[in-house]
Amino acid sequence: MFLSNDLTQNTEMLERHVVQPTDPQHPTILSTEDLHVYYGKKEAISEGDLRFASNQITALIGPSGSGKSTFLRSLNRMNDRIATVTGKIMYRGVDINQPDIDVYEMRRRVGMVFQRPNPFAKSIYDNIAFALRLRGVTDKHVLDEIVETSLKQAALWNQVKDDLNKSALALSGGQAQRLCIARAIAVKPDILLLDEPASALDPVSTSQLEDTLLDLKQHYSIIIVTHNMQQAGRISEYTAFFNQGRVLEYDTTSHIFTNPQVQITSDYVSGNFG
Amino acid sequence: MKTTEQLEHQLKRHSKAAKLEIWGKFISFSALLLIVAVVVAIIGFVASKGLATFFSNHVSLWDFLSGKSWNPGVTDAHGKPEVGALPMIVGSFLITVLSAIVATPFAIGTAVFMNEISPNKGAKILQPVTELLVGIPSVVYGFIGLSVVVPVTRAIFGGSGFGILSGTCVLFVMILPTVTSMSVDALRAVPRYYREASLALGATQWQTIYKVVLRAATPGMMTAVVFGMARAFGEALAVQMVIGNAALMPGSLVDPASTLTSVLTTGIGNTVMGSLQNNALWSLALVLLLMSLVFNLIIRLIGRKGRLQ
Repeated sequence: MFLSNDLTQNTEMLERHVVQPTDPQHPTILSTEDLHVYYGKKEAISEGDLRFASNQITALIGPSGSGKSTFLRSLNRMNDRIATVTGKIMYRGVDINQPDIDVYEMRRRVGMVFQRPNPFAKSIYDNIAFALRLRGVTDKHVLDEIVETSLKQAALWNQVKDDLNKSALALSGGQAQRLCIARAIAVKPDILLLDEPASALDPVSTSQLEDTLLDLKQHYSIIIVTHNMQQAGRISEYTAFFNQGRVLEYDTTSHIFTNPQVQITSDYVSGNFG
Repeated sequence: MKTTEQLEHQLKRHSKAAKLEIWGKFISFSALLLIVAVVVAIIGFVASKGLATFFSNHVSLWDFLSGKSWNPGVTDAHGKPEVGALPMIVGSFLITVLSAIVATPFAIGTAVFMNEISPNKGAKILQPVTELLVGIPSVVYGFIGLSVVVPVTRAIFGGSGFGILSGTCVLFVMILPTVTSMSVDALRAVPRYYREASLALGATQWQTIYKVVLRAATPGMMTAVVFGMARAFGEALAVQMVIGNAALMPGSLVDPASTLTSVLTTGIGNTVMGSLQNNALWSLALVLLLMSLVFNLIIRLIGRKGRLQ
């Protein structure tokens, strides 16, 4: 009843509304052009042209199956063996969606943290040193220093500094997720992609994680997929709303939440569906 | 009041479903009981026969385990029967360990290819091939060994061609599918998010396989290898056809030798029940059985350790 009333009242609402960020203080660091993602013949992303501002947090929201995670995973080519991604992904002027791109070097610059905390069955120290050692860093002092700064940036240092050699599997969910963030930033990426990083965490851990992300914004450009509307509202500058593989609305977070221009966005952020 | 009684009657009555439940439990429990009884009977029978050598025929356990001469019908200069099983024990262990050492790298390589590098081709081509290898009867392996492996060994190393080397070659092919398919299972059990975490950190696929997936799959891989060894240790027919069946300490890998199983299969039809010759063979069977139990124990221990990690 409610829903149909709303629909009839707001007939003037737009079908799609995309405002790319233009703040000169935060130039575009990553953008997608004509991006399409296919699983076999099924198109998962059909309209997803977005520009991401540097040193800002951009939230990707939308109902389950709307393609936001698929979109995020395409950005650092994690979909390579799973899906077909066409179009351009411009990172600082270079199209990283080309076959001759060294995806391993690219992923060092575009790091990723997953929904489920996924530390390796190694010690806390070795988890963070993993990617560094792969890159040939063996100097103990250098490793020590990077492990410490990464853990500090992820706000985990004070809790684990005496237990660096203990198994990472003994950490709580929130700690494990922050270890994963520390592990991702140990290789000093430019961009951090987070795929619902707080969905497996309790409210206290979630709020700590959000504080951490707000701190990390100074050093990294963050793109975060979230199911949690309040979370997007609390931490992000820009929000993109996905539905059925399309970006229906993209604007500053305050606009999306207070004055959405698309009916479905309005329904979604006010909790009427999704 | 009446409704309460009715309800009580309905609730207490043994319905058809409840009776079926009892039947089901009874049937599955009796099946279990039967299997346990069979296992206990086998162990008891082999043990009673095998221990007779030591209790009825008064052979000392040490002579049996360390003696190098096997000829149960003959007594030596001291009047003791020649029942030294060491050549067979050494032969069995040597052939088992060697075939496992040769098979493991191939099995792991194949499993990695099937599960990590090319899952599609792995499923389409290699899976049926390994399953086919499992299904080939051991006498066919033995026959191929006899007509191909033995002549080749003879041509290269001289001698008769029969021996531990030929046995290892045949067993290598026989245990390869077992170890491979169990290694594939071990790799499959490694959670996908381990691989994703590694790849997202910029590790290459090979680095991911080597540093993350294989590490996590190590307990499962070890179980696979021990399973293969158990199979190699117990294989009789194919080994018997190519090893030469000389109950001597193997001087080299191309000298004719024998294993516990090959001596058993060649000898058991030619002895009289209750005689020393017969009992001595049962003692070999007991050693074989105990070793199988040890292999099982090792597999369990590895499995438990893997779970704790």
